[in-house]
Amino acid sequence: MSILINKDTRIVTQGITGNTGEFHTTQCLDYAFGKDCFVAGVTPGKEGQSVQGVPVYNTVNDAKEQHGVNASVIYVPPRFAAAAIDEAVDAELDLVICITEGIPVADMIKTRDRMRKMNSKTILVGPNCPGVITPEEVKIGIMPGYIHKKGSIGVVSRSGTLTYEAVHQLTQLGMGQSSCVGIGGDPVNGMKHVDVMKMFNDDPETEAVVMCGEIGGTDEEECAAWIKENMTKPVVGFIAGVTAPPGKRMGHAGAIISGGQGTAQSKIDALKDAGVHVTVNPSEMGSTLKAALS
Amino acid sequence: MNVHEYQGKEILRKYGVVTPRGIPAFSVDEAVAAAEELGGNVWVVKAQIHAGGRGKGGGVKVATSLEQVREYADAILGMQLVTHQTGPEGKQVNRLYIEEGADIADELYVGALVDRETQKVVLMCSSEGGMDIEEVAEETPEKILKIFVDPTDGLDRAEAEDVCEKMGMPKEAIKEGADFLEGLYEAFVKSDASLAEINPLVVTGDKSVIALDAKFNIDSNALYRQPEIVEYRDLTEEDANEIEASKWGLSYISLDGNIGCLVNGAGLAMATMDIIQLYGAEPANFLDVGGGANKEQVTEAFKIMLANPKVEGILVNIFGGIMQCDVIAGGIVAAAQEVGLNVPLVVRLEGTNVEQGRKILDDSDVKLQTASTMAEAAEKIAAAVKA
Repeated sequence: MSILINKDTRIVTQGITGNTGEFHTTQCLDYAFGKDCFVAGVTPGKEGQSVQGVPVYNTVNDAKEQHGVNASVIYVPPRFAAAAIDEAVDAELDLVICITEGIPVADMIKTRDRMRKMNSKTILVGPNCPGVITPEEVKIGIMPGYIHKKGSIGVVSRSGTLTYEAVHQLTQLGMGQSSCVGIGGDPVNGMKHVDVMKMFNDDPETEAVVMCGEIGGTDEEECAAWIKENMTKPVVGFIAGVTAPPGKRMGHAGAIISGGQGTAQSKIDALKDAGVHVTVNPSEMGSTLKAALS
Repeated sequence: MNVHEYQGKEILRKYGVVTPRGIPAFSVDEAVAAAEELGGNVWVVKAQIHAGGRGKGGGVKVATSLEQVREYADAILGMQLVTHQTGPEGKQVNRLYIEEGADIADELYVGALVDRETQKVVLMCSSEGGMDIEEVAEETPEKILKIFVDPTDGLDRAEAEDVCEKMGMPKEAIKEGADFLEGLYEAFVKSDASLAEINPLVVTGDKSVIALDAKFNIDSNALYRQPEIVEYRDLTEEDANEIEASKWGLSYISLDGNIGCLVNGAGLAMATMDIIQLYGAEPANFLDVGGGANKEQVTEAFKIMLANPKVEGILVNIFGGIMQCDVIAGGIVAAAQEVGLNVPLVVRLEGTNVEQGRKILDDSDVKLQTASTMAEAAEKIAAAVKA
């Protein structure tokens, strides 16, 4: 078992004819059951072409009709990416994973508002995220597949390479992963830590969770409050940005301490209070989990 | 991207917000000429820097004669203005804004920003104008009223009027107050702002509502569709290293420590800063080389880090995913040779092609230490700078 995606997921790549879309779709096709899972691509005006044997359509709807796709991954450039999410939502896909970095916040406010007002059932992951992987089944996104190993640890994170760091430590210690979800570093996004945490809690194959947070916003605090009341599995937490000064944006649009909110310390305190095994040493995410499980 | 107060007020006026009349000035003579042109007998001479707290730092003075305008302009222009947002070294004042005086009866606070939880723009309104709003939020949070604006419907007029009343505006000012909130919300959305702060918003003796200050921060992801705002960019207000870094697609922030760090990915970069501190040293910068850095970018990154005189050692932490470790290793060697590296260097590589990458480092003439984990890397660089 896993969350969000498995080898039965049927995926369309939006923006498949761009360099990034083509490169990463090729990588994903080569990973585990990727050849069966990546069934279509979309680039408006390029219907009839194919990329690595994957047929290209003008619209997500066409791809859905022809191939029964239920998930999409978006590599469309930032100024068109919110509209690409809207299109996938309109096609009533189950899952949309938006990798694109640099989407204006105002665009995402409109897209999220639209999803709420139409009571959309579509789950959005991202934007500005590495994607989702269920090891040895399917990888949707830009993470290096080979560092992952099938197993029972769930991983959720706002950051790309920090997630790889956590996964690598787990794999080195012999602890495989059920699924790994990068929720992205933007202030207005789809799934939040708490949404992913709930899914891991409900997934019978997930035994424990590693959660990597960072400064900015209150997602981690909200997740901590939920964990305190509901979580039945061990959770290890790390929060990046203890040394980050207020008012400075640390790369991610969402990673900024402002108005006294979103400090690493307030997140660490909330997680500790919720019984999460917090490590302040990013080299010890894996070993902290191993200790928590023994 | 930040803009100056006078530019923020230009944005506000486009959307019908009333501000005092004012003219920017780049010299003392221009300041006096501006005051003459504005007329009247009270002027405010205001330092224009990208930081708050200018009044407390001595950067805002009220003049009651043209001689005083000259005196204050002369004193403020060129000064190192220190405020709680500038750091102890302060910021040099290169521009002034000369504004007509206002008859202030009451000072209020209004800020607009994106609320991440509701994913809406929120207007934060408080009767405690002129104060540090963070203090108000901390000590008397009940004094901050919030309007969450529906992205489709826009600001609700009745709610806006209600909040103006609760902020303590007199009856006669409610209509103008609600007009102001509408104008501010429109300015915020249409200019792709991520923050707009009016502190203070003023009710005058004759019950007019005017924005006495304006702080705008614009979403840098949206600048492609804000050409007029891009024109406002004042490079003298920005850190020279940060500008240089951005030209190369590097995300760089100066900090106060002694260890330069070069990392791929923002989260891992912050985690690397944290672990440096954990092992007893302090990060000199945040530097994210992004997902696909090449040799040129790595070389530039080294140059920028080494330009900082506080840097006593460098830690490179790369988790190669799409980026391959051998390519990065080649970049590090080339960069170290080109810039004539003269401080200890510790390199931690992990991920794709790590073995080839480590071999390139081992075979090179560059004096460096390698590490296989973040902890080992942090320990080694901390020890190296102490030695």
